[in-house]
Amino acid sequence: MSTHAASSTSRKHKSLFTKMAMLTVSRPPLGGFSFENCKRNAVLEGEVNKVGCSLPTARKTGTTICGVVFKDGVVLGADTRATEGMVVADKNCSKIHYISPNIYCCGAGTAADTEMTTQIISSNLELHGLSTGRLPRVATANRMLKQMLFRYQGYIGAALVLGGVDCNGPHLYSIYPHGSTDKLPYVTMGSGSLAAMAVFEDRYKPDMEEEAAKQLVRDAIAAGIFNDLGSGSNIDLCVITKGKVDYIRPHDEANKKGIRTGDYKYKGGTTGVLTKVVTPLDLELVDESVQTMDTS
Amino acid sequence: MSLKDSIPVAGLCPQGQYGVQDSLRSGFTSAKNELLPSHPLELSEKNFQLNQDKMNFSTLRNIQGLHAPLKLQMEYRAARQIQRLPFLPSSNLALDTLRGSDESIGFEDILNDPAQSEMMGEPHMMVEYKLGLL
Repeated sequence: MSTHAASSTSRKHKSLFTKMAMLTVSRPPLGGFSFENCKRNAVLEGEVNKVGCSLPTARKTGTTICGVVFKDGVVLGADTRATEGMVVADKNCSKIHYISPNIYCCGAGTAADTEMTTQIISSNLELHGLSTGRLPRVATANRMLKQMLFRYQGYIGAALVLGGVDCNGPHLYSIYPHGSTDKLPYVTMGSGSLAAMAVFEDRYKPDMEEEAAKQLVRDAIAAGIFNDLGSGSNIDLCVITKGKVDYIRPHDEANKKGIRTGDYKYKGGTTGVLTKVVTPLDLELVDESVQTMDTS
Repeated sequence: MSLKDSIPVAGLCPQGQYGVQDSLRSGFTSAKNELLPSHPLELSEKNFQLNQDKMNFSTLRNIQGLHAPLKLQMEYRAARQIQRLPFLPSSNLALDTLRGSDESIGFEDILNDPAQSEMMGEPHMMVEYKLGLL
């Protein structure tokens, strides 16, 4: 930094060299998303496409998630496969996220987006609950989610199935990445949603018992797992009733990894021993020292 | 690129005096940078807080009459003046409490925290700019 005795011209010279620091003179830095690299990324993508490769894609949860309202509450179900392009990135990922003690949310779409969105809404609901002093309602979570997703115009790729039980009974919402929501007795989302919806449309009845609802959701997710490439592995269930949440992970291992039938290890004694020579080595002790570990 | 993305928008015009680029303070520029937003969300995010406030004040005016937003805006103006020196990060506690954003968490609290920003304005220049001596 220049001293006060320096002339104003020398200070201006110095400021030209420290041009980067000057960027924050007029406006304070804002938090949140930064769009600085968008133009650079667009240029990079164009150049990479000319060469013939492609930029790495975000990890998605090609998914089957669904929910159903039964007599006393809500059953949410999800598969557990996360894909990165054509490769399975996670064979046992957890897609049912905690929002509040009585509200859970399944997420399909970009894995990071669903994770962060549900965590932010969970924190906001907790703060809101501390301020109101009441158990949060599912409609509150729904409104918070839809307002945030609409604000980002669908660029946050999170398709959610939100379910819970509050003072007004059990509720189930489906929330699309652009911010539209539907309040329905049974919903499915994700790439396997059509397969799961087929099962629901066939066998859904209003006011089912808990076991029947669990079986229906299990069958819907299984339909998604077996008929959609983006869904697979196990079936997770979450049963929410007034005052009790049953997070069953895994409820059913639909795709078990096979057990190897053959073994390449040789049993002990397969190779015959012809001769055995033992040579003792004479070593003399030169120096002995003890080093203590730093366990602080 | 859709038509919406390529319409030049006033929100990005140069911020120096007389509308000319202030190279000393904001660095070099290119016409393309200034005319087109690099991302469809860039403008709406830049003005989000402003638009929220405008919407809330307009709703308040329709419900309670003109006096309510007037009083609130006076309080906002007073709270906005409680700042630390220009090159230091201010907590804006009074402003946050008035807005109600002390009870909510958004991406602006998690990503790009200004307190962790690696760039800093030159203290002397920033104070002179604020006092109008520059």
